[in-house]
Amino acid sequence: MTVFIIRRLLQAALVVLIMSLLVFGGVFLVGDPVEMLVSDDADQAEREAIIKSMGLDLPFYMQYLRFIGNALQGDMGSSFVFQEPAMQLIVERMPATFELAFAALFIAVVIGIPLGIYAGLKPDSWVSKTIMTGSILGFSLPTFWVGIMMILLFAVMLGLLPSTGRGDTVEVLGIDISILTLDGLSHVLMPAVNLALFKLSMVIRLARAGTREVVHQDYIKFARAKGLSEARIIGVHLFKNIMIPVVTVLGLEFGGLVAFSVVTETVFAWPGMGKLLIDSINFLDRPVIVAYLMFIVMLFVVINLIVDVLYSVLDPRVRLQEMKS
Amino acid sequence: MKALRRLGLAAVALSAMTTNVLAADIVIGVRSEPSSMDPYFHNLGPNNGMIGHVFGRLVDFDSNQQIFGSIAESWKTVNDTTWEFKLRPGLKFHDGSDLTVDDVIFSFERADGYEGGNSSFRTYTKGKKLVKVDDLTLHIVTESPYPLMANDLTTILIMSSEAKGTDSTGTNKGISAKDFNDGTATVGTGPYKFVEWKKGEQIVLEKYDGYIGPIAQPWDKVTFKFIKSEPARVAALLAGDVDAIDNVPTVDVARLEKDPRVALSSGISNRVIYLHMDQFRDKSPFVTDKNGNPLDKNPLKDARVRKAISMMINRDAIVERVMEGIAIPAGQLLPKGFFGVSSNLKPDPYDPAAAKKLLAEAGWADGFGLTIHGPNDRYINDAKIAEAIGQLLTANGIPTKVVTMPKNVYFKRASKGGPDGSPEFSFVLVGWGSGTGEASSPIKSLLATHDKSKGMGASNRGRHSDPKVDDLLKQALATVDDAKRQELLAKATDIAIGENQGIIPLHYQVNTWATKKGLKYAPRTDERTTAYDFSAE
Repeated sequence: MTVFIIRRLLQAALVVLIMSLLVFGGVFLVGDPVEMLVSDDADQAEREAIIKSMGLDLPFYMQYLRFIGNALQGDMGSSFVFQEPAMQLIVERMPATFELAFAALFIAVVIGIPLGIYAGLKPDSWVSKTIMTGSILGFSLPTFWVGIMMILLFAVMLGLLPSTGRGDTVEVLGIDISILTLDGLSHVLMPAVNLALFKLSMVIRLARAGTREVVHQDYIKFARAKGLSEARIIGVHLFKNIMIPVVTVLGLEFGGLVAFSVVTETVFAWPGMGKLLIDSINFLDRPVIVAYLMFIVMLFVVINLIVDVLYSVLDPRVRLQEMKS
Repeated sequence: MKALRRLGLAAVALSAMTTNVLAADIVIGVRSEPSSMDPYFHNLGPNNGMIGHVFGRLVDFDSNQQIFGSIAESWKTVNDTTWEFKLRPGLKFHDGSDLTVDDVIFSFERADGYEGGNSSFRTYTKGKKLVKVDDLTLHIVTESPYPLMANDLTTILIMSSEAKGTDSTGTNKGISAKDFNDGTATVGTGPYKFVEWKKGEQIVLEKYDGYIGPIAQPWDKVTFKFIKSEPARVAALLAGDVDAIDNVPTVDVARLEKDPRVALSSGISNRVIYLHMDQFRDKSPFVTDKNGNPLDKNPLKDARVRKAISMMINRDAIVERVMEGIAIPAGQLLPKGFFGVSSNLKPDPYDPAAAKKLLAEAGWADGFGLTIHGPNDRYINDAKIAEAIGQLLTANGIPTKVVTMPKNVYFKRASKGGPDGSPEFSFVLVGWGSGTGEASSPIKSLLATHDKSKGMGASNRGRHSDPKVDDLLKQALATVDDAKRQELLAKATDIAIGENQGIIPLHYQVNTWATKKGLKYAPRTDERTTAYDFSAE
């Protein structure tokens, strides 16, 4: 077991190292941050001084080694634009993004599961067919366009919801949270729905497929025979069993939700990590881009590591197979 | 009794509500977020505009880039190399302390010695010695006569010498950029006080009751919201979430004009959109024969060819079709009314016949091939302008390919993507805004001979060079007499553009702000969005 975990840890470290080289190299090849930052009036000497102060005069391998050296000490570099630690900028924006992602997840589950169960129970009704057609739209319409359309409809034409920003926040344990105020809730609703659309469609499909499979199982028939109410059969016996695949998939997809929020955050001017990434790309703020991508890489590596370890605990055959290969 | 008390409470609540209604607040949706509230951290448009609410300047630009006294009440030249500034008496910083010459000197020293940061203000502080005469009298001494003194001073914000920071290393006088971002050191004498900055979201300012000076204070509370996406910014205005927005996209202008809820304010900018042409290589990489094969000669080195290209461009058509009428055809570096413009230069008329004649005269009757490179996310409709030029040149015998790319890739290649750090492209589309509000800024950077040691021609991507122009510029930069300097700059422009066609000016940008009905904006030529230039109609 210990050998297995050590081996998986080494593999994970290697993945992170390779990714760091790819990410750093990729970002290094694009453009010149000084051209983005410096004022038009700056003369040549001024430009050179800035290049030097940012360490951009060094060859690629030196910059990379310096980056790795600092990263091993927990320093991911400082933003060129703000000159504050890149990781700190990302951490500052993290609550807003996670809040949005959780709200989207919540919407996807709360709306998606009932719709999916209904579509599974009555597959031939016209309502079910409408739901399923709707879920295709959710899969295929571009997020950016849907976001703009939502703003046009709900903010501009109907004037019901605010079009931009995060609204009032309250501080909980030192973190600003907006979903606890009414104003904040009204701000989060549209971007969360926008972000949720894709996952919502997925949840509907998973719940429907699960329901179709489960309703024909013996234990449902038995429950019916026992004379249990339909509400209890669906609410307890059916619901519990279709939730297993839904929870598994949503758990894995949470990382994707954080990553997908880039587009939604831009459209709704939501001050999260995604907007920071886009702003940083526009300004070629290399340290922030690299830190952000490395953070995402670490997130996925850690999730996968945990999953693998859990699997090996649950099913020893996984370990054995790995050892043979 | 209970009922009475309730009534009293209701009355208090009511009065609170009415004061809320009377309080004049404004929410402004802007495209760009500053990178810092530190006045010397980054010489960048969004920073200078935002920080100017909180900190005052000795002298400042009004919306037309005309200089007025802000902290300085009056100024004059004592002799050729000494300027005397009298500070306005009674000025107090937001923390209640007095502003004296010591604060001005402290500010200059911090700006001049700034370490780190993204782009310093040293260009404006260097070569100036500040001497305290008394608390309200300052002498600034230069080694040689320096006419742009007042223009330079419009860039340096004055902070309190008593502001405290948390930097332990003592660089930048012990105050680091983050001390300004959280408000610790954000102590100025400007018309608005700093309240808070939520990164990526908004900056909130509040009226400073103790403000003395000529800048208006129309609002009690100002909120700047950062909305980068263009449709989202327009939607935020239409939805009533913001009272005003800047950088209205030209495609939306016609529609917004008809909207009864919206008022538009547009005004000419100090930014000219122009073309650079390779004038330093005998074989230019993107100049080919008509079939795309390399040429061993560079026709762009011939002024007649450059002139012919200028005449092949239908500026009126570009302004009408591409810019939706929201731009002004250009014949030089700055629009009429700015200091140092030439009265002789008009936009070249669209004249393909004369252009072909000129080409033939220069020995290129058959034409040649070109590639125009441009950014696609930097200037208003930049990619579409490049396409229009490509079509016009192609139609007139110079088959032209169009290549556009994001600005963060483009500018590096356009400035130093070639061998030895030379410009990579042959024919490029760029823009230039004159920070000083007069003609020496673009002449110095775009048309003066590229010379690293003198800091001349830093953005001269075509490497145009003419000793006559260099000489006139040098004279102008040492002439304090305004009338004479104006003449020298106009003459330099006449030669560099009129005779040499060192660059091809296309049009001056017109910037548009949109407000809800009942408000208006005094459009600023420096493209800044400032709360104090908004007012009720």
